[in-house]
Amino acid sequence: MTSAPLLRATGLDKAYGPTPALAGADFSLRAGEVVAVMGPSGSGKSTLLHCLAGIVRPDAGTIAYDGRDLTALSDRERSSLRRTDFGFVFQFGQLVPELTCAENVALPLRLNGEKRRAAEARAVAWLARLEVDGVAAKRPGEISGGQGQRVAVARALVTAPRVIFADEPTGALDSLNGERVMSLLTEASRDTGAAVVLVTHEARVAAYSDREIVVRDGRVRDAEWAA
Amino acid sequence: MSIGHTLLGLLESGPRHGYDLKRAFDDRFGHDRPLHYGQVYSTMSRLLRNGLVVVDGVEAGGGPERKRYAITEAGITDVAQWLATPEKPEPYLQSTLYTKVVLALLTGRGADGILDAQRSEHLRLMRELTRRKKDGDLADQLICDHALFHLEADLRWLELTAARLDRLAEEVRR
Repeated sequence: MTSAPLLRATGLDKAYGPTPALAGADFSLRAGEVVAVMGPSGSGKSTLLHCLAGIVRPDAGTIAYDGRDLTALSDRERSSLRRTDFGFVFQFGQLVPELTCAENVALPLRLNGEKRRAAEARAVAWLARLEVDGVAAKRPGEISGGQGQRVAVARALVTAPRVIFADEPTGALDSLNGERVMSLLTEASRDTGAAVVLVTHEARVAAYSDREIVVRDGRVRDAEWAA
Repeated sequence: MSIGHTLLGLLESGPRHGYDLKRAFDDRFGHDRPLHYGQVYSTMSRLLRNGLVVVDGVEAGGGPERKRYAITEAGITDVAQWLATPEKPEPYLQSTLYTKVVLALLTGRGADGILDAQRSEHLRLMRELTRRKKDGDLADQLICDHALFHLEADLRWLELTAARLDRLAEEVRR
């Protein structure tokens, strides 16, 4: 790939109290590519993802997203950017238990001001795409873990984000369900042109990516960035 | 893999010519390593000699004779015994990779680069297998999964070794 990075981080530092989580981490992501972020537990993988997604502000370093300096944006601006440009999938779905699955998927659209009926119609279409339209009217407590992750993937994709951040999206699933979730996530993101930052410690999950980077002791080995 | 037992097993569904046996083997088990004709015929000769198959008929044509082989009762018993015998687990204790890592440390070279390059190569193959699984049938998926789980085990060893490199360096230089 030769296009300019969509997201590029340089020299990120982040410490929680006296413990450094990131120490000069560099990262780059091109539009539409799937990059696996690997590394041992506690290496700084999730902290890197949180910084890149504008959830956590790094102590030092810069993050350029589509020409904008993410670290210079206000909390409100970063929150708005996360709603419009980014999608998220976490290890345990983090669906709202009081809402139906269709309402959960429609939630990001509703937060962006879309009317309920239109939002839920789009949500149901995404649930069908993720092969779980049968759970649209059910609440998260009534469905399996695998179905819940597919609902979470639908919620991440419904706003047509440019970047999806997935933090151990199959970590709580068995092999078969994990594989199906990864297959659906990467197929759907490729169809929509979304890039994916995929944090995982499982090599079989990382094998769904275009390339991998390894975080170790808060630093990143990223051959693409150096190129 | 025991080619002889596999060919015998394929004969249990009915007599076949050597060419049909090769094709059936390649379709089901020969994804990366199709059989050579020579292997089929030398194996069948051995099975014939040992009384595990018999020649069920010969077709004369323009080319070489085409023998049709049938499995014998002794052959069926042999397949059953082979299927019931567990395979010896292979511990890979003397892997080339382990040797490279220790040698690199012994000679004062860094082993990080070796581990990184190997990780990258393993993942490249895992991506290829993952793509092949996606486009393949269930048999393809199972054979790719087998390879993927083994590669994943290697990668876990790589990660563990990477995390212990400093200690390993101290020990091998002692």
